[in-house]
Formats: sequence, structure tokens, C-alpha cells
Amino acid sequence: MVDKEKREKIKRKNKAKENFDYALLLIIVILIGIGFVMLYSTSSYTSQLEYGDSFYYVKKLLIALAVALVGLFFTVKIDYHFWFRFKWLWYIASVIAVLSVMIPGLGKTVNNARRWIVLGPLQIQPAEFVKLAMIIVIAWFICYLKKNVNYIRTMFVILAFTAFVSILIWAVNDNLSTAIIVFGIAAVMCFVANKKYTPFVAAAGTLVALVSVFVVSIRNMNTSESFRIRRILVWLNPEQYASEGGYQVMQGLYAIGSGGLFGKGLGKSIQKLGFIPEAQNDMIFSIICEELGLFGATAILILFVMLLWRLVNIAIHAKDLFGSMIAVGVFAHIAIQVILNVAVVTNTIPNTGITLPFISYGGTSIVFLLAEMGIVLNVSSQCEYKE
Amino acid sequence: MEQKIYQKKKILVLMITFTLIFVILIVRLGYLMIFRADYYSQKAKDLHERERVIKAARGRILDRNGVVLADNKTVCTISVIHSQITDANEVVRVLAKELSMTEDAVRKKVERVSSIEKIKSNVSKEIGDAIRAYNLAGVKVDEDYKRYYVYDELASKVLGFTGGDNQGILGLEVKYEEYLSGEAGKILTLTDSRGIELDFSRENRIEPEAGDDLYISIDYNIQTYAQQLAYTTLEKKQAKAVSIIVMNPNNGEIYAMANVPEYNLNDPFTLPEGSIFNNETEKYALLNNMWRNTCVNDTYEPGSTFKMITASIGLEENIVSLDNSYTCPGYKMVEDRRIRCHKTQGHGTQTFAQTLMNSCNPAFIEWGLRVGTDRFFEYFDTMGINGKTGIDLPGEAATIMHNKKNVGQVELATVSFGQSFQITPIQMLRTTASIINGGKIVTPHFAISSGEKTFLYNTKDSSISEETSATMRSLLESVVSEGGGKLAQVEGYSIGGKTATSEKLPRGNGKYIASFIGFAPANNPQVIAMCIIDEPQGVYYGGTIAAPVIGELFDNILPYLEIEK
Repeated sequence: MVDKEKREKIKRKNKAKENFDYALLLIIVILIGIGFVMLYSTSSYTSQLEYGDSFYYVKKLLIALAVALVGLFFTVKIDYHFWFRFKWLWYIASVIAVLSVMIPGLGKTVNNARRWIVLGPLQIQPAEFVKLAMIIVIAWFICYLKKNVNYIRTMFVILAFTAFVSILIWAVNDNLSTAIIVFGIAAVMCFVANKKYTPFVAAAGTLVALVSVFVVSIRNMNTSESFRIRRILVWLNPEQYASEGGYQVMQGLYAIGSGGLFGKGLGKSIQKLGFIPEAQNDMIFSIICEELGLFGATAILILFVMLLWRLVNIAIHAKDLFGSMIAVGVFAHIAIQVILNVAVVTNTIPNTGITLPFISYGGTSIVFLLAEMGIVLNVSSQCEYKE
Repeated sequence: MEQKIYQKKKILVLMITFTLIFVILIVRLGYLMIFRADYYSQKAKDLHERERVIKAARGRILDRNGVVLADNKTVCTISVIHSQITDANEVVRVLAKELSMTEDAVRKKVERVSSIEKIKSNVSKEIGDAIRAYNLAGVKVDEDYKRYYVYDELASKVLGFTGGDNQGILGLEVKYEEYLSGEAGKILTLTDSRGIELDFSRENRIEPEAGDDLYISIDYNIQTYAQQLAYTTLEKKQAKAVSIIVMNPNNGEIYAMANVPEYNLNDPFTLPEGSIFNNETEKYALLNNMWRNTCVNDTYEPGSTFKMITASIGLEENIVSLDNSYTCPGYKMVEDRRIRCHKTQGHGTQTFAQTLMNSCNPAFIEWGLRVGTDRFFEYFDTMGINGKTGIDLPGEAATIMHNKKNVGQVELATVSFGQSFQITPIQMLRTTASIINGGKIVTPHFAISSGEKTFLYNTKDSSISEETSATMRSLLESVVSEGGGKLAQVEGYSIGGKTATSEKLPRGNGKYIASFIGFAPANNPQVIAMCIIDEPQGVYYGGTIAAPVIGELFDNILPYLEIEK
């Protein structure tokens, strides 16, 4: 009996090794590698000027990466059902995380936005944690609902709860982009969980129509005082509003446009020399375009598509609904964030501060991204492939 | 917790949807990076490249024998780049010492936060090199060219000067700007957003193209001598101004054009000591006056020299001949006006030649009235007296002649002996040249060649024939040998010429212009010269004070020009 149990265990272990998505891990490693090369290329000149150390940002991110790799190790090892046990506590944790920036002595305001908390030497962006927590709690809730998941009203419940967190992120952290991403993740997870198509297609159609009407109606406005509306005006005509935000967009376009087919070559961007402010953050993709050209930029986008395809594969073959929904949530997170970032950089949509996953500079971001990847990799190791 | 088939389908739908969005983004990227690449990279380039202009060396101006009259000297501009300075105190100390400025003045500029701050320009090359030798971080020494006039005052009103950007402002400098200026070069360097030049970027340098040298007809020696002579005369006669023009009557090349007082071309904005002005406008009026080339820019009443024209028209039209004679009673009545001769007791009976030698006004009124208004005006056109000569200096004044409709007998009478109208000295000289050179109207000029280009000038036939011209030459020779121009005689040379004394308007103010036009050799003129003395004190007769100036001039320059005796 003991032997049999032992044999079963070994068999399971072997199966886990077999199913573990090494391709996904490889893509992640490549993206992080590209991220570091591009981070150094983009930030070395300005960080040398500002901090006297061309590796300033690289070093800081390496420390975050070390933490993230520890996190990855644990999340890969820990059975993902472990996270299931916390149930609605994830939701409470999310709300607390968002509100934590308001705690005096803990919250930190950068550029007029309360997005950071400071714990000793660490600076953490709680909103990054919220993305992960919301994926897990929504996945748990969908499993908890069982067949009720097909009722539209339960969808409304999920979206309402998510909307509350999103509005908090927007209002408290002044971080519209994360709010949109969180809500988008929930919407995508609902779409997959629910049987129906029509309500979602209708909702998406209505949304697109509303946005179009809005954009057309403010097109001729140019005196609006609202910061958001001005951002949209800047988007519609960046050169005219160069002095008030159009500058960054125009500089990004100069970088992209001067890249051409094959780029200027790694390290040869001029726009990173202070022309694009903090190019290592949201605008890093424009420097990639300038240095690596259309081919380099497309290659990176294809890497992301491959990453998404691995996530889809895991979602389809996951052992259970919880694992599948987590994979879908992570899929939604990466897809939405990459698309929004590239769309902003190419001035396809108005400017909202969104980072490019794995590549933009951001310590908190890399830690929670790798945590998400760890959980999904654990899901992959428990996948069941029918013969 | 089994997942459903429909969920797998929905996941695939999602994947396809998002993949499509990725494709759209890649298309958008392709549009930006291929079709808009030129537009955006040009804009980026404009943003990144700093352009520094390298001034081109201006073409020199040389006299007919290759003597350099206007040259360039290398000067330095000293500037500091704030962000590159490492030891500000040392920079201040060295610059203050080398540039002989106060430390405070230098410190103010050094401490100003700007991309580049000019400390001093037009610093001599020696000082510039000395500063460069200190090798101070953040101090830039740029070399530059500055116009330099080798002989300060020489032919100042002909050459003109240049402005701060080495652009011609006056005289030949502005007239031949396109030949002299050359093509400025550029240094294009890549900069970062603060404007700091990037070490790794290759300088994109467009070399400046030096301007072409300009060879002019001025002869340094003749100009120098004419100018000295003019100054001597100016002082001796306490005159307001003295002008001397020396020209080749056969092709219009000007050997010398002195207008004293001249001014220092290396310091053209300094008025002579004792100038009084209340404001900038008045100062500029005085400066403009100082820069004026009176031979070209101003007109005067020619007086008796114009009798050469009346005489040649009369001879050409066969209205008068050498056999004619005229008895001068000391005045002539024209209509109801009694026009007096300068010799109030009258010249008595004179031959035609004698009327010219004596410069007898009543006689020339007679000759002029015989010619008549119509013919006079016809000759003004055909002899090129109306309008401008086309000399290659800016701002030439045109002849101010009566409107033909308003010319009655009195006006005609006064025109006949050179009064009641205005003409530039250069026009008067050119017309005289056409009378003695066989009837060719030349274009007086300075420029001979520049680079590959040789300047060509019009020569037109005057209505004066070679025969009349020969007669005039011998008549004018007798003016010098026997008549009013005696003082212009030069030992061993045959000189022709005509004197003039005109009273400035308004009449009776005691201000005169004395002038003389002479040429040599009288039978085959190789050189023609004119002297105008404006407002001489004391004796003011052209024959007494202007003729000897030309005589002295010829005495010196005829052997120099190797003109045979």
C-alpha cells in the first residue's frame, strides 16, 4: 500500500514535470532579458546625469527581480488551490491595499498621485497587487457561483464589485489606467465564464459607440479645463498641444518614426537622451522602435502573442475551472496592458500611464507579474491532456 | 468544477480577438515607421541637430596691381558653456585677465545658466590662442573672420565697409556682395535635450566657401597720391571738401577717387572729433554725411567746365567754327536780363578758341543760343548727360536738368555756361572724356574681375564725331597752354583742360566751388582727372586753385603711368 502510494506520488510528479509549460517560462525569460537590455539602453544616459550611475535603474530593478524570482519559485511550487482557500479575503485585501496609500507615514505622493506606499527601503505600488488579487477572487467567485454563473445578474454582481475597486483605484490612487485594466480583466473573465455571447457583444458595441460619440463631441472643444478632456484633445492633435502634454506624445512619435524598418541600432536612440521624459517607464516601447526598428518592435509584439497563446493553452487544458479562470485572468491582464501601452505610444488612444509588462521599469510590477506567472505555471503543471 | 466546452470556445474567441488587435497595432506601427518615417525623422533631426555657422572668409579687394586694400583677419569669439564648466573661479580669473575685463563682469556671464554665453567677440587671435592654451573646461574659443582695411582711410568712400556679420554695407563692399561674401559653412552636431553636444556623434561639417577676390581699377599709388594732394589742398584752402577723380578716358577705369575728408574704414562709426549731435538720429545723419561719396552721390552746378559741351555741340552741328569771333562787352542781354561776364570790363573781340580760353560767358551764351533748346536737349540724350553713368557704386545721383518745356532763352543762356542745373562730378568727367576720346561714352567703373568673372562695361558712341573731338582736344590744350588753365601745365607734357568756378546757391553767399578737369597727353588722352574744391577760403577761382592741383597730380602720375612726353 505504501509502495503504491509512493508510486502514485512519483507518477504525479513526473506528470507535473511533463506538463509544466517550459515554453511559457522561456518566453518570460526572453521578455525579461530584452527588458533589461532595453532598460539599460534607455536609462543609462539620463541616470548617469541624474544619479552619476548609468546602472542606477538596472540595479534597482535587479533587486526587485531577485525578490520576484523568490516569489516565482514559491508560486510555482505551491499548489494553486492553496490560493483558493482565502476566498473573499482577496477582495478585502485589495480594498485595503488601495486605501493603504492614505495612511499617513505610509503613503507617498509622486507627481501629485498617491500611488505608493513606503515600507522601510521598499516602495510598493499596491495597485499592482490588486490586479493579481482581483484575478484570484473573481476566479474563486466564478467557481463558487457554479451554474449561477450563466445568469446575467450574477455577472452584474461580479462587475459591480470590481467596479467598486476600480473606482477606488481611480479616486484614491488617481490611476485610471490600472482601474481600466482591473475592470477589463473582470469583464474578460465574465465573458469566458458565462455561456452567452449577445450581452457581451451588445455591451462592447455600446461602449465603442459611446466612446465614439464622446470623442466626436469634444473634437471641436478646445477650451475645456478638464485634465482628462484636455488629454483627449492632445491625443487628437498632439502637435497643436505640444506645450501641454502633447510634447511627450510627439517625442514618442519622433522616436518611432525615426526608427524605420531596422532601427538605428541598439543603444543609438537619440530621443532617450532626455527628449522623452522618463523614457524607461511608459514610453520604453518608442525607444525599442527607434533602436530596433519595425522588425524589432514586431518581434516583441509576436513574443507577447506567443505568451498569450501559452496562457490560452493552459486555460483550455487546466485541471479545473479555478485554474482555467486564473489563466484567463492573467491572459486578460497581459493582453490589455500590452495593447493599451502600444496604443498609447503610437498615439492610437489618449495618453494614460500604462507600463509594458516585463519590459518597462517597475519593481512592484515585475514582482506581481512573476507571481501571476508562477501561479499559472503551477496550473500548467497540473494540466490534463486527453489522449 | 469541470470546465465547459463553451468556455474553451470562448477562450479561443478571445485569443482571436486579441490577436486581431495586435495585428492592427502592428499595422499602425508599420504606418508610422514606414510611411511617416521621413516626416518624423526629419522633425527629430531638426530637434537634435545644433547648427553652428562658420563664417566664410570674405573675398579680398585688390588694386589693379594686386595690392591688397581690404583683407580679413582672424579674430576669436570667446564663450562659455555653463554646464561644462568645472572650475568657475579659475575660468573667471583667466578670462578677466586675458580679456582685460573686470572679474565681476566675467563672473556675471559665467554664472548665468544658459546653453552658451558669449563673453567677448572680435578678440585678437593671439589672445584667443592664449586662452585656448589654458585648456579650461567649458570655455570655447571660436575663430572667425573680420574685415580689415589695410590702409585705414584709403579710398574709404569707394570701398565702403562691412557690418558685424561681414556683410557689405557701403560702397564696393555692398555692390559686389554676391562675389565677396562667399558661402557660409555649417557645423551640425547632435545634442541631447539640454543642448549638450554628444561625444559619440560625428560632426557633420559643411565647409564654408570663401568669397572671390575683387580686383578693382584703383591704383594704390595714384589713389594715395591723389588723397594726399586732396588733403594738402583741403588744408591750404581751408575748404569743406576736396575731391579728385583720375580715370582712363578710353575705357572708364577709375585709377583714383579721393573724397577728403575720408574716414577710417576700420572704425567707421566714429565721428571726427568735435562733432555735435543730440541724439541717435542726428548722429546717424552725421555718419551718413561722413560716408557720402560726393563724386557719385551728390550733384553740383558744373559752371564753366560745361562750356566744353556747349562748344562741342556747336562744332558738331557746324553752328560755330574756329573762324567765328565774338566781341564781349562785359555782359549780354537775354530777353530782359543782363547777364554779366566774370570780366566786367569785357573781353573785347575774341576768336572762338579765345572765348573758350577766356571762359567768356557772353560768348557762350551766344553759342548756346545758336544751338537752341531742341538741339541742346537732343545732345544731352545722345551724349549721355541725362540720367546716370552706371558707375558700380551704390546710390549714384542722376543729372537734374530743366524740363525742356520750361526752357526759355534765359534758361538756355545759363545752361550754355553750366549754370542753373545740377550734375554729378562723375557724370561731368565721363562726358568730358567722351568729348576728348573721339566720341565714346564710357561707363566709369572700379571692378575689373572677381574669381572667374571679368566685368564688362558698355561703351556707346556719342553724337560727337572724331573730328569734333580732335578740334576740342586742341582747343582745350590751348586753354592750358595759353588760357585760364595755365597753372595745370606740366613740364614736358601737353595737357588739355578746362577750369570752372561756380557760386553755390543761393547766389551771393560767398561760397564757391572751384574745379578743373584736365587730361593728358592732349592729343592722345590716356588719363583724365578732375579736382573739385568745395567752399575754399580766400581765392576761389578754379584756374588759380584747382588747376595747379591737377598739374601737380599729372606731374607725378604721368611718369608713373609711363605716358610718353
